[in-house]
Amino acid sequence: MPDPEQARQREQAEFAALAAQYHPQPPLARNLAWAFVVGGLICVVGQLFIFAFQAAGLTATQAGARAAVALLAVGSILTALGVYDEIGRYGGAGAAIPITGFANSIVSPAMEFRTEGLVFGFAARLFSIAGPVITFGILAAMGSALVRFLLLGR
Amino acid sequence: MSFAGPLVWAFLVGGFICLVGQVLIDVFKVPPAHTMVLFVVAGAVLAGLGLYEPLVKFAGAGASVPISNFGYVLTKGILDALQREGWFGLLTGVFEVAGGAIAAAVVFGFFAALFFRPKG
Repeated sequence: MPDPEQARQREQAEFAALAAQYHPQPPLARNLAWAFVVGGLICVVGQLFIFAFQAAGLTATQAGARAAVALLAVGSILTALGVYDEIGRYGGAGAAIPITGFANSIVSPAMEFRTEGLVFGFAARLFSIAGPVITFGILAAMGSALVRFLLLGR
Repeated sequence: MSFAGPLVWAFLVGGFICLVGQVLIDVFKVPPAHTMVLFVVAGAVLAGLGLYEPLVKFAGAGASVPISNFGYVLTKGILDALQREGWFGLLTGVFEVAGGAIAAAVVFGFFAALFFRPKG
């Protein structure tokens, strides 16, 4: 007489193998293409902002800093309107890696967790992704700048 | 000044950087938030090696819009401050260049949370 426990396990393994066949494989090439196009287009918008600020008489550095803030504003507004989530659905990293994605990572939890209170909801969750980014950014930048300064002095 | 060239390079370089991020997410199964952290750290390291500034000069927004640029401006702020005011600059230089963007993002987040409700 077959062990019912073994039979059950075998059945489960067969089902898992069968399910894996029908489970759609992640469309890697399509994801990569979308990330490239969406990320590239956001950078083109950023370049247009830089041109606009330069045309207004700002230096390249000033124009770059203002273009960054302009993109943060665009990313925040699109997040508030629920549009950036749609862009992110297709763009993936193409939406997350540009600075508009940084705005999204701040605005989205700020909106979502506001109902949990102003301190532990809104203000704390605001930095749920930006916090790690800033923390590791500071640590890496300090290490990187320190090594460079010790070796080259500039 | 020609506009087409810089726009094309911004698209290609910016797109490629995001493509690398998608490869990390899809192929190496790095969660998106970790990918963002990795890019900032990578930007800081490349800045220390003196490689990020030429990339920004070449690709414009293609290099200054991806979040790796955040690591670059943090590093640049520290290096400038180190030269200007010595070792204390290691601390005071951190937000010298990057501070504006963080302040802007917090203010935008505040107003969005004030006036908008999440969808769905």
